[in-house]
Amino acid sequence: MSIRGNGGANKAEQRQLDMSQETLSRKVVVGMRQGLHARPADLLAREARKWQSRIELIAESQRVDGKSILEVLTLAAEAGTRLVIEATGPDAQEALEAIGHLFERNFNEYENDNKQVF
Amino acid sequence: MKFSDFVADDAIRATVVADSKEGVIREMTQSLVDAGKISAAEFESIVKAIMKREDLGSTGIGRGVAVPHTKHPSVDRLVGAVAVSPKGIQFESLDGEPVRLFFLLVSPPDRPGDHLRALENISRQLRDESFCKLLISAKGPAEIQHLLEEADVRGIVS
Repeated sequence: MSIRGNGGANKAEQRQLDMSQETLSRKVVVGMRQGLHARPADLLAREARKWQSRIELIAESQRVDGKSILEVLTLAAEAGTRLVIEATGPDAQEALEAIGHLFERNFNEYENDNKQVF
Repeated sequence: MKFSDFVADDAIRATVVADSKEGVIREMTQSLVDAGKISAAEFESIVKAIMKREDLGSTGIGRGVAVPHTKHPSVDRLVGAVAVSPKGIQFESLDGEPVRLFFLLVSPPDRPGDHLRALENISRQLRDESFCKLLISAKGPAEIQHLLEEADVRGIVS
């Protein structure tokens, strides 16, 4: 988790560093009662696209591109599903933190809100 | 979940008349009323709920596809309609492209898993670009139904 490229290098230089191509990963659990449905999948893909690194989500038997809402939806990840997020690239660590944060706050869905929508 | 598990045969439209977001949602919801899948008395309430969901973020998921949806207490199982707009409709999609292919879903409030599996099936099948093109250029509802059946057979679905 702590492997970083040279902090002072610009993006192009970072790409040159072997270190920056290291794959970092983080485990998350789908906490939303409705699962990883269209709205959180959209938020996730939007966040993933902000980063240069390749972002993949891994469920038991599937590995999908985290930058594509279509791909994320094919996980059909219900509440309680464990996923691994993998990031490969110069900003992998920041990307993992940002995406992990989305899961930590349940994509801003409030479980006791009866009006909550998919 | 297969298309045939949630798409109502009589709620498939190969050429919608509507040219707006709300228009196509109304037309598709009406097709579910006509197919006997939802009650006419609930029509306005369902349209309103679907539009409210769209306000939170467009369900236009890219590649010219949208999946407008809502939960609604008046249904006891997931029901879906399919429609094509050959000329495309502005839907504030995630990729900004007009939408030609629509899957509208209404599910019971207590079945989030079914809804997820329907979304999964739609998104997995629509990764196949030629399948999307075939659906959009279908000559009538029977042809769309046939294409969905073929996808059901081809897909390894649970």
